[in-house]
Amino acid sequence: MKGPVLDRRSVLAGSGALIVSFSLGEAFAQDPAAPKPPGSLATAPYLDSWIRIDADGGITAFTGKAELGQGFKTAFQQIAAEELDVAFAQVKVVTADTSRTANEGYTSGSHSMQDSGTAILHAAAQVRALLVAEAARRLDLPAENFRTENGAVIAPDGRRVAYGELVAGDWLHVQAQPTSPLKDPSTFRVIGQPVPRVDIPAKVTGGAAYVQDLRLPGMVHARVVRPPGYGAQLTACDTAAVEKLPGVIKVVRDGNFLAVVAKKEFQAIKAMAALAAAAKWTETAKLPKQDDLPRMLTSLPSQDKTIFQAGNAMVAGRKTLEATYTRPYQSHGSIGPSCAVAQSVDDAMTVWTHTQGVYPDRAAIAEMLRVPPASVRLIHVEGSGCYGHNGADDAAADAALIARELPGVPVRVQWMREQEHGWEPYGPAMVTKLKASLDDSGAIADWHFEVWSNTHSMRPGGAGSLLAAQHMAQPFAVPAAKPIPLPEGGGDRNAIPIYTFPNAKVVHHFIPDMPIRISAMRALGAYHNVFSIESFMDELASAAGADPVEFRLRHLDDPRGRDVIERAAQGFGWQKGQKAPPDRGYGFAFARYKNLAAYCAIASEVEVNRDTGRPRLVRAVAAVDGGQVVNPDGLINQIEGAILQSMSWTLYEAVSFDDGRITSIDWQTYPILRFNAVPDSVTVHIIDRPGKPFLGSGETGQGPAAASIANAIADACGKRVRDLPLTRRKIKAAIDA
Amino acid sequence: MTTVTVNGRDHRVDAEPDTPLLYVLRDELGLNAAKFGCGLGQCGACTVIVDGKAVLSCVTPLLLVEGKQVTTLEGLGSVETPAPIQRAFIEEQAAQCGYCIAGMMMRAQALLQRNIRPSNDEIRAELMPHLCRCGTHMRILRAVHRAAHLMQTADASTGRRSTP
Repeated sequence: MKGPVLDRRSVLAGSGALIVSFSLGEAFAQDPAAPKPPGSLATAPYLDSWIRIDADGGITAFTGKAELGQGFKTAFQQIAAEELDVAFAQVKVVTADTSRTANEGYTSGSHSMQDSGTAILHAAAQVRALLVAEAARRLDLPAENFRTENGAVIAPDGRRVAYGELVAGDWLHVQAQPTSPLKDPSTFRVIGQPVPRVDIPAKVTGGAAYVQDLRLPGMVHARVVRPPGYGAQLTACDTAAVEKLPGVIKVVRDGNFLAVVAKKEFQAIKAMAALAAAAKWTETAKLPKQDDLPRMLTSLPSQDKTIFQAGNAMVAGRKTLEATYTRPYQSHGSIGPSCAVAQSVDDAMTVWTHTQGVYPDRAAIAEMLRVPPASVRLIHVEGSGCYGHNGADDAAADAALIARELPGVPVRVQWMREQEHGWEPYGPAMVTKLKASLDDSGAIADWHFEVWSNTHSMRPGGAGSLLAAQHMAQPFAVPAAKPIPLPEGGGDRNAIPIYTFPNAKVVHHFIPDMPIRISAMRALGAYHNVFSIESFMDELASAAGADPVEFRLRHLDDPRGRDVIERAAQGFGWQKGQKAPPDRGYGFAFARYKNLAAYCAIASEVEVNRDTGRPRLVRAVAAVDGGQVVNPDGLINQIEGAILQSMSWTLYEAVSFDDGRITSIDWQTYPILRFNAVPDSVTVHIIDRPGKPFLGSGETGQGPAAASIANAIADACGKRVRDLPLTRRKIKAAIDA
Repeated sequence: MTTVTVNGRDHRVDAEPDTPLLYVLRDELGLNAAKFGCGLGQCGACTVIVDGKAVLSCVTPLLLVEGKQVTTLEGLGSVETPAPIQRAFIEEQAAQCGYCIAGMMMRAQALLQRNIRPSNDEIRAELMPHLCRCGTHMRILRAVHRAAHLMQTADASTGRRSTP
């Protein structure tokens, strides 16, 4: 016993007791069977991993997630301000840094609000309870009628104690409890408000906002010379001439890893071109035939697993439909190619990176450098939007490998456009085969769904996931691919239908071989699976002579799912039996992302030029339920973006390659959406669920947008295209067929 | 040494004459707004204004801008005193990652400087060289309309800004 200090654990447990003291070391050992606190508090339970309060009352919220342009930094600031009863501007948010924040793995899978937002919500609420209890103890009053306001605890008699006066030392180094005294959502002042994003002012005035903008004293510029194709071997490279070029500091060669460092950036670019010309490679890659992808995928060895079964899958109804849907490899296509800055000082490596996972990427880079992870620090700095695993981790590894050769000197590596396009790990190609039949009433009697796919994550992990480590003289092998387990799933994400069918079977054919480098891209397999399911639902509705919206509702029990469908239909002005104007079509689609995150329904109107086949999305109306909404404008921004990005994937995009090389290496060879194809209007309706858990919303729109547009195209021209992307040529061929 | 005029100030720059303006702005002058996106003139992220016209700085060598007036986003305004185009993008929250936005804003600024009342079709046509991957297009269009409105109002009220 050290004297009469607050028992924070019993306060948090709700007893309000203020008397027992204990040593921090032993008091909080928790029963492993006890319920865990929510969100990422389960794995990082100390409150001061999430919230710190300075003596001057300044408040910092910490997150292990990386701001990628989704705007959650602002949302987290709202959450902390709300539960701590302070002004929004009084809170600062610190994002992913292996020296400062909790290990929250990757910023992926629409988990940020669910994991980190939930942790900050509960940590802030528990900190507030501790502050109240401590103020009551100091004022020697019962804690019941205290309140908090503007960063102070206020006693029933009006006396105020500022938060900064209540905290000292490691006062918040205490484990979170499983439940928290959360505020009543009806009293929220900051949560639920469309607070302007904190990062936008710098981004629209030329402030330093990205890792690309980092300028450390003495920083030099590096460029990597990548092999011409997968597996190419560097057989000769006379670097003498390159080393004499203006500004060149060093040529770095380690096996097949080749880079050049110069004082100025454009000097590095010129030296890179000279070095690329000097390098002699032997190419060995044998890439599959691009126009034969579906057959290639379905004929590769696969691990087959029935992931869902209901009723008797052998039952067949009166009318049976079958269809095959295919998706090509697709690029993340970040507008800013990947970039990183690294500096090695006294055997400690620091890397500033736009990776989505500072901790796992640190482990991979440490393994590559063959040093202990503790000697490597990764600090997340925003980059261009990534939408999944792009070149960020590879650029970080490049920078570390080069910086190791120049002790003390900060090295900035900027990938070139063709490197990002040619070497990023793409969203995997996929094939789905669907078969279903209708009973006499026009309802679905049985449902068969098979999906063929690679894994959807080759993120580091180990060094073998990094290009630089694969190319070193003592290389690390690419790790064996593993499927991402359900319920979230990878290639089988959203493969299990949310609808209720009396008889159903879903099979996942996991393909371990990866002829093209792939990894996680926004929504993973859900993009193609939802595209397939929701396209097929329309085909079945048509066969049943039913309205697509009514047909979906007939097969859906989930009340929140029904709500978003009805809201989107109503917002669109959907009417049963309606006909679109000539050469136009209406389409509808719905999904709940991963069957456990946000709900999203999208109705769209598409125009198809019958002479050229060119489709144009005219308007889209979405409804989304992401649980408790923290920042409605941020959520709308995400869904608007999801619709336009998914439209671009769906109408235009496919990675191209020949026998040995990737050939889509810039925006000419990999065209995406431009302003002439932007819709007239996009409307997003939010169904707020006050007090309900946050449901990840960043990826929920990808699948429904694709299927909604595909269904509208089919409605417009009376022909269905099932092979993504739905290019004007394919649509024209379908019209003419 | 080459002399370039950026945001109203002359700078003596020690860079090879074939150096693209983008690297002069970013590395010699420490400006952030113009972004490297492709180096090929395909995406618009590097757009700045030269003598009133939107120019792709990644494919414009230093040699060609000597003696000309270069304006970057930094030259239009600041967080404290934002220009109408900057206010408009903040008020419309017209960014996700924001990497493409500075280039978009410069082309829109050049458009509005020569035509303060562009139609929706004119704005779309003008922005054709620009790519946005986050899908922020609807907001970008709204922000350009808002900027036009702010500039019209400022004209009408002899420089005073309207409040939204």
